[in-house]
Amino acid sequence: MEILILLLALFVLSLFLGVELIVKVPPTLHTPLMSGTNAVSGITLVGALLAAGSDTSPMLVNVLGFLAVTFATINVIGGYLVTNRMLSMFKRK
Amino acid sequence: MSSSIVNLVYLFAGVLFILGIKGLTKPATAVRGNMLSATGMLIAVVITLLNSEIVNFTYIIAGVLFGGVVGAFMALRIQMTSMPQMVALLNGFGGGASLTIASAEYFSVLNIDAHTFADLLQPVALGADAFGTGAEGQVTLVSIGLTILIGAVTLTGSLVAFAKLQGLVKKNFGLPGGPIGNGLLLIGGLVALGCMIANPSQAVTVLALIALALLLGLFLVLPIGGADMPVVIALLNSYSGLAAALAGFILGNTVLIVAGSLVGTSGLILTKIMCVAMNRSLGNVLFGKMAAAGEAVDADEIYAGKVTSAQPDEVAMMLEVAKRVVIVPGYGMAMAQAQHAVRELADSMESKGIEVEYGIHPVAGRMPGHMNVLLAEAEVPYDNLVEMDRINPTFEDTDVVIVIGANDVTNPMARDAEGSPIYGMPILNVDKAKNVVVIKRSLSPGFAGLPNPLFAMDHTLMVYGDGKKAVLEMTTALNQS
Repeated sequence: MEILILLLALFVLSLFLGVELIVKVPPTLHTPLMSGTNAVSGITLVGALLAAGSDTSPMLVNVLGFLAVTFATINVIGGYLVTNRMLSMFKRK
Repeated sequence: MSSSIVNLVYLFAGVLFILGIKGLTKPATAVRGNMLSATGMLIAVVITLLNSEIVNFTYIIAGVLFGGVVGAFMALRIQMTSMPQMVALLNGFGGGASLTIASAEYFSVLNIDAHTFADLLQPVALGADAFGTGAEGQVTLVSIGLTILIGAVTLTGSLVAFAKLQGLVKKNFGLPGGPIGNGLLLIGGLVALGCMIANPSQAVTVLALIALALLLGLFLVLPIGGADMPVVIALLNSYSGLAAALAGFILGNTVLIVAGSLVGTSGLILTKIMCVAMNRSLGNVLFGKMAAAGEAVDADEIYAGKVTSAQPDEVAMMLEVAKRVVIVPGYGMAMAQAQHAVRELADSMESKGIEVEYGIHPVAGRMPGHMNVLLAEAEVPYDNLVEMDRINPTFEDTDVVIVIGANDVTNPMARDAEGSPIYGMPILNVDKAKNVVVIKRSLSPGFAGLPNPLFAMDHTLMVYGDGKKAVLEMTTALNQS
């Protein structure tokens, strides 16, 4: 139970941190912000790896794990690449 | 590898994500921020792969290869005008990942060796503490249920958003009863969730939850169209982060919680910015139509005999004597792929000593920041892209405003016509400029379905036709003068 409270604290504090950070992002970067945060939400890859890689689980779990790894990898690779592509176009005079 | 070390590494990855987003607060540091964030991701993934519970790499390698190829292909090939579709898909995959992880977690506890669908429906003998002892078990179950619910809604909702943006689905339609139908789906999903928590050994409850949530995602987005898409995309972005954070609660994984909540707040803040920029509440966008049109405004009455049209070379003559010009782009510029042509026109004007800036409305285009990315692609320096609040006071000192493919965001009725459906929406006050040039295919209304009195004003010239072609002709005429 204590661990749960700690996780909850982490969650709530991260929400507040998120607000403070995101409001400072200028509108001109809002599209890269969205694709960049999409890449960050690909962190679910970490959970997906655990589901896909366990050997004791039934086949169904591995298949779901495979799907999760695929989805999350698309987010990570696609998200970071496209964000990088966009950001490198933003230039000063 | 001890779990303390793993968690310390996750903490480090979380810090890199935060620094990465912090980098995005300035264009100059943004590329580096994105790299930092990607480094955090790499570290988190590598340390996870060292986990001794991972023994079977077949599915992992298959998934990473397949996902990596698809992701890279999409990222490198997508056109900048199609970026809203790309982000919609990424949102959907994020939701899909959380949905499948939560389902995998559930079925790994049930441990059903299912060969047919019917095998799944057999109740399983589960110990009372199968999902964790006491309250912990309850929290895990609630997290699994909520992750499935939000993940599934994000998945199908985003796929519909993609289909709409791509033009695959053109009609807006919903369940009979609109919000009531969706409400019933949501209640059904919550009931299934409750049954699952009360009786986790029955997999049928989870299957029902997944099905209802997938349907809910479909019918939430199907009725929403066109210019409301920025709100939908931002909201689904938020959901995908929230689902990831909830998945973190299932797995007790700190980095998932930190990263997920950052993404969740980011989407939520963008949603709010979009709603404010349209002067509509979130509920109104999700469930409502545009406010009832008050007294119907007769377009003919507003336009009759008052609209002046012009040719591109006449506009060029006007530009030639201008000192300051503001370009106001909208979704039409994206549709016409006119961003490069617009930049060339601006270059030509600047070479004649004319000051050129761009006025960007927050909801111009189909997603937050859509216009900025397009113009950045055309190598317009970002200092020239000016947001609404800063550009509005300058219109009175502006000789010519060129509106290309924007409509509702310049409609003075939002400012002046109390009772109009868009009354109160913040707009770009382009009508305050000395001259206004509107490049548009016809006088057809924008998304709000309203006529735009700007088009009939004395100092407004309409240039009919394809945006790109018209701008190219203006540039040619200006260069020759």
